[in-house]
Amino acid sequence: MLHAQSAPSAAYDEMVDAQGLVRPHYAGFSQWLTQESTDAMAARQIEADLSFRRVGITFSVAGDEAGTERLIPFDLIPRIIPADEWAHLSAGLTQRVRALNMFIRDIYHGHDIVRAGIVPAEQVFLNAQYRPEMQDVDVAEDIYCHIAGVDIVRAGAGEFYVLEDNLRVPSGVSYMLENRKMSMRLMPEAFSSLKVKPVAHYPDLLLDNLREVAPRSNDAPTVVVLTPGMYNSAYFEHAFLAQQMGVELVEGQDLFVDQNAVYMRTTRGPRRVDVIYRRVDDDFLDPLSFRADSALGVPGLLSVYRAGRVTLANAIGTGIADDKSTYQYVPDMIRFYLQEEPILSNVPTWRCSRPDELSHVLAHMHELVVKEVHGAGGYGMLVGPTSTRAQVEAFKERVRSHPSNYIAQPTLALSTIPTYVQSGVAPRHVDLRPYVLCGKDIRTVPGGLCRVALTEGSLVVNSSQGGGTKDTWGLGA
Amino acid sequence: MLSRTADNLFWMCRYIERAENTARMLDVNLQMSLMPQDAQARDSLWRAVLRISELQRDYDARYPAVTPLDVLHYLVREPTNQSSIYSCLRAARENARAVRGSLTTEVWETYNTTWLELQKHLQTHLPERNPGEFFEWVKFRAHLVRGVTIGTMLDDEALHFLRLGMHLERADNTARLLDVKFHEEQDDLAARSSEFYRWASLLSSVSGLEIYRKVYRDVISPDRVAELLILRPDMPRSLLASVQALTEDLARVANQRSAETERRAGLLYAELRYGRIEDILHSSLHRYLERFLERINDLGNRISQDFLVPLAA
Repeated sequence: MLHAQSAPSAAYDEMVDAQGLVRPHYAGFSQWLTQESTDAMAARQIEADLSFRRVGITFSVAGDEAGTERLIPFDLIPRIIPADEWAHLSAGLTQRVRALNMFIRDIYHGHDIVRAGIVPAEQVFLNAQYRPEMQDVDVAEDIYCHIAGVDIVRAGAGEFYVLEDNLRVPSGVSYMLENRKMSMRLMPEAFSSLKVKPVAHYPDLLLDNLREVAPRSNDAPTVVVLTPGMYNSAYFEHAFLAQQMGVELVEGQDLFVDQNAVYMRTTRGPRRVDVIYRRVDDDFLDPLSFRADSALGVPGLLSVYRAGRVTLANAIGTGIADDKSTYQYVPDMIRFYLQEEPILSNVPTWRCSRPDELSHVLAHMHELVVKEVHGAGGYGMLVGPTSTRAQVEAFKERVRSHPSNYIAQPTLALSTIPTYVQSGVAPRHVDLRPYVLCGKDIRTVPGGLCRVALTEGSLVVNSSQGGGTKDTWGLGA
Repeated sequence: MLSRTADNLFWMCRYIERAENTARMLDVNLQMSLMPQDAQARDSLWRAVLRISELQRDYDARYPAVTPLDVLHYLVREPTNQSSIYSCLRAARENARAVRGSLTTEVWETYNTTWLELQKHLQTHLPERNPGEFFEWVKFRAHLVRGVTIGTMLDDEALHFLRLGMHLERADNTARLLDVKFHEEQDDLAARSSEFYRWASLLSSVSGLEIYRKVYRDVISPDRVAELLILRPDMPRSLLASVQALTEDLARVANQRSAETERRAGLLYAELRYGRIEDILHSSLHRYLERFLERINDLGNRISQDFLVPLAA
């Protein structure tokens, strides 16, 4: 099947260069695709949808009727990353997560970076994400962000930018794994002609990583995955990871604290828990310490945690490092802690809390992307160039009334990949979230979650906003 | 294993078993209602179905009269009836979803696909167009679930709790079927001519007609039907077979708290194992079955207390 190629002018297309020629790392796939009929590809698409529904790979969206489940559309054309590009990304991710982890440790101990005048004190201590409960608490192996999902985009000239560091409870890794299974099943010929590096060992790495940070010297620490429950939007992923690691999937009600230790209720009585891979936000972890109305948490968990008798992954308080207003200091953190130059760039960011930067943002809002500092999921943001004048004006009001709640960035022409849409195949904007495991070593797997904005021209890739996913193929050298 | 997980597994299996038994019962009733009979007899046939599941009152509060169409609607697709096939399959799938990590992929997919297919059947009105085919589908989904479960799951606690749920529900359902059919007999002794069909229908609702022929090689008599469904250890849906399986799995999952539950199950098993049908029929089958259902209910509550998430009082 031939694909209509006309990448939107400004964007970098991952598959086709500016002259309309297929890039070398896509040559094998493109050749295979050319030989496939439209019908054969359509049949594959139907099979993929059916299969995702049968397996129950679904998510629920806030605002939908409770319990309704949606599929995230899966697109057959993969994102392919050549070996040298991945090596570059991997080195940059490793460096960045190492520095971020050191930053969090520093913030909850001696505040070196604040005393050195690199990050202002108010940025840290007046931030809602700073958790005073964590001050001077030692966590196992000094590791805070055990699992990081770093959002990466590629702009017009093909350069990479880090858009966001997700260090709290990043999700989506199950899609990386399930999408891979799907593309291997549906397109085995395309797959075998390329040297695609595997990602299926991620759950093993994750389990290793979690065992490494067990609090007591124990040959067989008990690891559990803590989920808010089956109506959570990422429940499928929680269950999936627990199953893949062969550990229990627990809810708050399954755990209790006794004699300064955490136990789970089993059919054979209480059993001690050492490491909790928690997919519950800080605020809901312990009703005695955080939100008292939380039914998702475990009363008394924080005190056991502070005593070092249970490990939480990720640690409490990592939000201080992935907050959108902290983001702009990350390159300086890398220089400060590692004495290295950042391998991956930040997107230039204006902070509306600063009067001079605020006036710039207000004057140029129609060109910028404006985001809430604590927002997530593509909500509470404005994409200037695709918004109406009235929307921009309304947003200016919101920013003026709470400037410190907002940051702004230039609108990047996110790179595109040809994607199946109603009218055939057309370029759509994508991003990439690789997953970084931070244990005694920092490890990545050569792939990630590639999200695609299915609406023409849209830059919002979030699944809650109608985004889809693609498999990501990291090629061997 | 987590108590909550065991609880979900236990109920997941109970619900699928219940859906299957409802389908079996309705299927047989439907066939019975094709027999020549007067309106009153037909009416009592459908009332009996409601009585089996203790739903007569709830039904009467919703519908003005007992009609086959309404009863079918109520027991097949009514979402607010917790015992309808729809509700049971939904609950089975919800429970499976909550513990999908403890199931093999095949088992989870079987439950999930059952639920997805059910919605398709309801949308295309299969239960109304061709009820026989629909009930057959329910039965075969239940067969498939059991087959996939036994064929793929590790023989560990998860499987033991699954089976506990299945056999407890099965013992309960068989006892109810028997009770209602024997009750009917006392109600209208006039309808002797249809007697053969009554017992034949009861037997086929538990897939027991061929078994009866094979075991007794004789005409169908109520006493033997009762014996087959209560005391035969080799009849898969009999009370004895269900309680025996229950007792064995209880012994496998035993913990420090469960001794009394095991004792009560063992006692019930011994009574069935060494019981005689003459004695049971002599004292009153109805009272016997009522007592049996109470004891099954007690065992269910005790299992919840000892191992699972205790039922709300």
